[in-house]
Amino acid sequence: MSMDFLRPGSLAEALAMKAANPDAVPIAGGTDVMVELNFDKRRPPALLDLGGVAELAGWRTENGHVRLGAAVPYARIVGELGDVLPGLAMAARTVGSPQIRNRGGVGGNLGSASPAGDAHPPLLATGATVEVASSAGTRTVPIDEFFLGPKRSALAGDELITAVLVPVAAGPQQFAKVGTRNAMVIAVCSFGLALDTTRRTVGTGIGSAGPVPLRAAAAEDFAAEVLPWDDPAALTDETAREFGELVAAAARPIDDVRGSAAYRRHALAVLARRTLRWAWQDVSGR
Amino acid sequence: MRVTIEINGERRTADDVWPGESLLYVLRERLGLPGAKNACEQGECGSCTVYLDDTPVCACLVAAGQAHDRSVRTVEGLGGEDGLDPVQEAFVATGAVQCGFCTPGLVVAAHELVHRDPHASDAEIREALAGNLCRCTGYEKILDAVRLAASKVAGERA
Repeated sequence: MSMDFLRPGSLAEALAMKAANPDAVPIAGGTDVMVELNFDKRRPPALLDLGGVAELAGWRTENGHVRLGAAVPYARIVGELGDVLPGLAMAARTVGSPQIRNRGGVGGNLGSASPAGDAHPPLLATGATVEVASSAGTRTVPIDEFFLGPKRSALAGDELITAVLVPVAAGPQQFAKVGTRNAMVIAVCSFGLALDTTRRTVGTGIGSAGPVPLRAAAAEDFAAEVLPWDDPAALTDETAREFGELVAAAARPIDDVRGSAAYRRHALAVLARRTLRWAWQDVSGR
Repeated sequence: MRVTIEINGERRTADDVWPGESLLYVLRERLGLPGAKNACEQGECGSCTVYLDDTPVCACLVAAGQAHDRSVRTVEGLGGEDGLDPVQEAFVATGAVQCGFCTPGLVVAAHELVHRDPHASDAEIREALAGNLCRCTGYEKILDAVRLAASKVAGERA
């Protein structure tokens, strides 16, 4: 079957091509798209190669957030953004292998919208915003409105993901992921945590334990309420346990080849209380 | 479509490339470079690792058109007329090759590591090779090979 290979040299050109070819599949790092092509899972009428679109390839800090271009590879997030976006950098560090991290980036992770995407929990925990564009203009979508179902997102056919806007960390952040080894793991479940010690809020993100990546709102409210922000004492076992249980309760896992729903809930409670303990140690010093 | 790539320092052209075709397919089936191996076709095994503009990637996950007008270095381009690259020599010297299928990808991944950081720790070596699977050796002799190659590179720089 014939297929076009579209090679835009700028974002404006890419958006014009996407408008004219709404079924064209955008390809940047290729780490998801090429697997589908290699295995005959997908035969789009066109590939839209974003490799030549400079606007997607960089990041900058503006107005208290990092504007992270959709095609910035994970290797650069690990190497360059560990200080300002520690949660996302930790998650990026767990993606695939060095070869995968040299190619794949957050734009593709969002575009694929897998419930197991490693970038999603830290983006949820930090309250990030997805910037999408079409030839008609640019709009932003709050991260917790972006995911609509397994591999379904709020992205329209004529739109491309251009960037994700991630607030600069205002406190400790953590990420933890369960899998069978350290490399090349699709998460059995994962958890992202972001403390904001200025606003005294707690952000959460649950991965691979629901039809979409999820926040645990009740756990966030509970922790923000009970953490001893004024006089940061050590975290109590009760607080850690209750936080873990509330996170597990927010998950909507299923049984599948990677793990059972019951295991995922159990593991999420463990990850949540562990990451809260690590993060709070950075606040309290103990 | 036509794809032109600088491969191992030489400008090469492939015609009639299907737009969904991988760089790996073009290297092996159209340009006669079978060093990078075709195994999992999903980025799991690393046996197709090549440099794309000096960065190690899985050639199976790069659309051939994405490599157009860029530079690729395969395992065939590591050694010269005079013989093997020190990383290849180290794999031979330590017995790090059994069936050999994973070797080209591991050699490229190890080559990148020892030139980036010839003083890499064992943990860093394991991390750098985490995307390359070997089902024969148990990895111990591969680690020996990388340590040996790294010490050669470090010695050359000293």
